[in-house]
Amino acid sequence: MCETCGCSIPDHKHPTPADHHTVEVLEGLMSANDRAAAHNREHFNRTGVLVINLMSSPGAGKTRLLEETARALDGKCSIAVIEGDLETENDAERLRRHGIPAHQITTGNACHLDAHQLHHALHEFPLEHEGQATDILFVENVGNLVCPAAFDLGQHLNVVLLSTTEGDDKPAKYPVMFRAADLVVISKADLLPLLDDFSIEHAGNSLRGLGVETPTLTTCAGKTVDINAWVEWLTDQLDQHRNNTQQKAATTAAR
Amino acid sequence: MHELSVCQALLDQVRDTAQAHQADGVGMITVRIGPLSGVEPDLLQQAFTIARNGPLTSSATLNIERAPVRIRCRDCEQENDARSNRLLCSHCSSYRVDLISGDEMLLARVELHRAESSQNSPDPERKPSHV
Ligand SMILES: Nc1nc2c(ncn2[C@@H]2O[C@H](COP(=O)(O)OP(=O)(O)OP(=O)(O)O)[C@@H](O)[C@H]2O)c(=O)[nH]1
Ligand SMILES: [Mg+2]
Ligand SMILES: [Zn+2]
Ligand SMILES: [Zn+2]
Ligand SMILES: [Zn+2]
Ligand SMILES: [Zn+2]
Repeated sequence: MCETCGCSIPDHKHPTPADHHTVEVLEGLMSANDRAAAHNREHFNRTGVLVINLMSSPGAGKTRLLEETARALDGKCSIAVIEGDLETENDAERLRRHGIPAHQITTGNACHLDAHQLHHALHEFPLEHEGQATDILFVENVGNLVCPAAFDLGQHLNVVLLSTTEGDDKPAKYPVMFRAADLVVISKADLLPLLDDFSIEHAGNSLRGLGVETPTLTTCAGKTVDINAWVEWLTDQLDQHRNNTQQKAATTAAR
Repeated sequence: MHELSVCQALLDQVRDTAQAHQADGVGMITVRIGPLSGVEPDLLQQAFTIARNGPLTSSATLNIERAPVRIRCRDCEQENDARSNRLLCSHCSSYRVDLISGDEMLLARVELHRAESSQNSPDPERKPSHV
């Protein structure tokens, strides 16, 4: 570690100047968070649950989409939600009213969730409800397009919502967030006829400009509801996740 | 603004390093930050002046090395510099590129201070000479 001396002897002296020495560290600044995230991933992989981190600016429609998702998946697979919010318990209560098991983390004045907070929640909020293992756990992150991207939570997938009222150049303005996405959902597509300056094509180009091949799809969860493409994507991801888990189990067993 | 939490994590790492080397003070801390890490260098510098107060680091300084954004094209295999929101190959315009630099957020080096060993130093409380 120590390029000056190796520091094998605790009481060693250095050549002049005796009180200076510089050590190379070369460790990521997020390493404590990353270790906690890896531990969270172990929790998830023990039960096989697929974990999706949902991010967007405030009010883009994360909670609304989850309410409709629960309705669409009812009887097909079981979902649960961990909510991150600055102050209130509102979003978790909204989801519980739709019969979705939900746990709220209030972050106080932190503008993002970190892996430690999520770990704490995992020890309070079981990954099975009424004897039924959760198939998909959503983490609704704090509404913010900047900070949440920097903190790995141990999730398997990142989904970023871009609502049509926000403008189609958002990816170019928030490259770190949109580069982290495994899927970009263009939400509030029912409002497109009312907006003269949102083009799905421009949004797609803005995203490609970040050097990524991330897929996009649209959802409507207002007075009219159409989330078919989203539900299809989710079911595909769940199948893929289960296949990966089985394959991993098979290779471990074969060893 | 998450720079404060990033900064606190940084200082924890620095203090661990200082303790592992039995240092009794920290001088210049060098970090390497890319524009695609999500950390704003100016905000990190501001957060640092607040967060450094505490054991070992109260007189430390923060030196931020800025990493350039560089990409390599998967189609034509050329490398080029890029802007953080325009990560396209400058040779063939492809968006099928890999980031080779620009998202790093590293603690690179720490300068450690230590009073000379007690045999040589008449006053064990003596502070490093250049604080
Ligand atoms: N027209 C229309 N309105 C929507 C749609 N999705 C959400 N909304 C409305 O947008 C508002 C915000 O939706 P939420 O689901 O609370 O947004 P959120 O992203 O969870 O907000 P925060 O958690 O506060 O960041 C609500 O009034 C929703 O009814 C949609 O697809 N179409
Ligand atoms: Mg919400
Ligand atoms: Zn040493
Ligand atoms: Zn645990
Ligand atoms: Zn923030
Ligand atoms: Zn190219």
